Amino acid sequence: MNLRAMWAIYSFEMSRTKRTVTQSIVSPVLSTVLYFVVFGGAIGSRIEEVGGISYGAFIVPGLIMLSIMTQSLSNASFGIYFPRFSGTIYEVLSAPVSFWEATVGYVGAAATKSLIIGLIILATAGFFVPIQIAHPFWMLAFLILTTITFSLFGFLIGIWADGFEKLQLIPLLVVTPMVFLGGAFYSIDMLPSAWQTVTMFNPVVYLISGFRWSFYEISDVSVGVSLGMVMLFMGICLVLIGWIFKTGYRLKQ
Amino acid sequence: MIEISNLGKQYASGFVALDNISLSVKKGEILALLGPNGAGKTTLISSVCGIVNPTSGSVTVGGFDIIKDYRKTRSLIGLVPQELTTDAFETPWDNLTFSRGLFGLPKNPQVVEKVLKDLSLWDKKDDRIMTLSGGMKRRLLIAKALVHEPQVLFLDEPTAGVDVALRQDMWRMVDELRNQGVTIVLTTHYIEEAEAIADRIGVISGGKLLLVEDKGTLMARMGQKQLKVELMDTLEALPKVLEKQGFCLADDGLSVVYHYDKDAEEIDIGGLLQAVTSAGLGVKDIHTQQSSLEEIFVDLVEDAA
Repeated sequence: MNLRAMWAIYSFEMSRTKRTVTQSIVSPVLSTVLYFVVFGGAIGSRIEEVGGISYGAFIVPGLIMLSIMTQSLSNASFGIYFPRFSGTIYEVLSAPVSFWEATVGYVGAAATKSLIIGLIILATAGFFVPIQIAHPFWMLAFLILTTITFSLFGFLIGIWADGFEKLQLIPLLVVTPMVFLGGAFYSIDMLPSAWQTVTMFNPVVYLISGFRWSFYEISDVSVGVSLGMVMLFMGICLVLIGWIFKTGYRLKQ
Repeated sequence: MIEISNLGKQYASGFVALDNISLSVKKGEILALLGPNGAGKTTLISSVCGIVNPTSGSVTVGGFDIIKDYRKTRSLIGLVPQELTTDAFETPWDNLTFSRGLFGLPKNPQVVEKVLKDLSLWDKKDDRIMTLSGGMKRRLLIAKALVHEPQVLFLDEPTAGVDVALRQDMWRMVDELRNQGVTIVLTTHYIEEAEAIADRIGVISGGKLLLVEDKGTLMARMGQKQLKVELMDTLEALPKVLEKQGFCLADDGLSVVYHYDKDAEEIDIGGLLQAVTSAGLGVKDIHTQQSSLEEIFVDLVEDAA
């Protein structure tokens, strides 16, 4: 195990975060505040309670999920794509570093950054709406599992992409709609029943539902199923990364 | 130190970049790989370093297999790539610390400082890499390769796009590393470079290793020079006097040519020219030309065929 290499990659990525603190931390916080002002304040005050929770408070878990998912994807995909694009990846490939160690470094840093953003948004939300967290342990567990899973997913996108356009393609065209339609801003039972069925095929529903349960003990699907889905998704990502490790896909010629 | 046997690389497209290459590099020697662009020099180096997956053959470095014992072999190797692939926003200091970390070595400010000073980057240590000049970036890449104290150094066209002063610095540095016992493999398409620093020279073309020979032996083959004297008027036949001197007439009759060994000690160019003028020929222009790498390649390929 080359722990120092993992740490070197991790700190390299974290220092990138420090350098771009405005873009990395401030902008997601700002956009979340805007969501609160618009959905929580302006529109939310005219919406009745959802499951006994004020609308403003109801959307907090969904907003955090929205941010950490998109942030994990963009951080992790950019983190590995950019060295490939600039060519500096040669150093990691020619160093005594296994692919798993490199993955831990890159994905760990992306997940850490998203986790920090998620916690900052949670704290920010506390200024706007009263928040209760029924199960802090599970709240953190869902948060960490989701950041890791989506960072792994982003890492895969960053390896697969062979241009900046592809780098944006999946986050914009697949993940953002999935998150918006995954119950970030509403409860699934508010939808017409046909759409409720369709929604069940959206994996993000399970993540948001489980995370919201850790706050308010209300959920669209059972918590066990939510947890299972996160693990399943993470498992798929790990298998794909293992395959890349074996073949050197898009990394080695 | 490095044993390459029957190494081959065929890309998915079917293109054969390396064709059954076998080569051994002794500890402490400097091997220069000469070859035109696209000959397979970089692919060969990249295969040894773990950036390219070879399709056949095997390589050991320091007795360890590059695939089975990749951690051991890669720890021994420092690689300086051909392209100026540096980070942009980091500083040289952080970048070197990062490189050491990647190779699993503890932080060591003394080593980082020494490497930066050796490569004249000390006063730039806290500047962003993107503000460095091309030559400084090249030196940074070398610093990154040296900072983990490798026993084998691969330099992929280290002097491409580098000015004369820096090139000489680099040659001096290579010499110092050799004195420390570091094995060095470098690629180049400049004969002078190979001549200046290498112990042995390998010639690669079209993915094949055409030959590996001691510098002296190869240089003797490469060392042909010619003196070409362009004439004012077309000449029908070469005057006997000039023929005795060793001149021959060019096919178009517009110049006479004299071949000599570049290391020959007493070549009386003045006397040769005088012979031409005293034979009553009008001299329009003169050139001297050393047999080029390209010509050698043609010779080599023809010999091989």
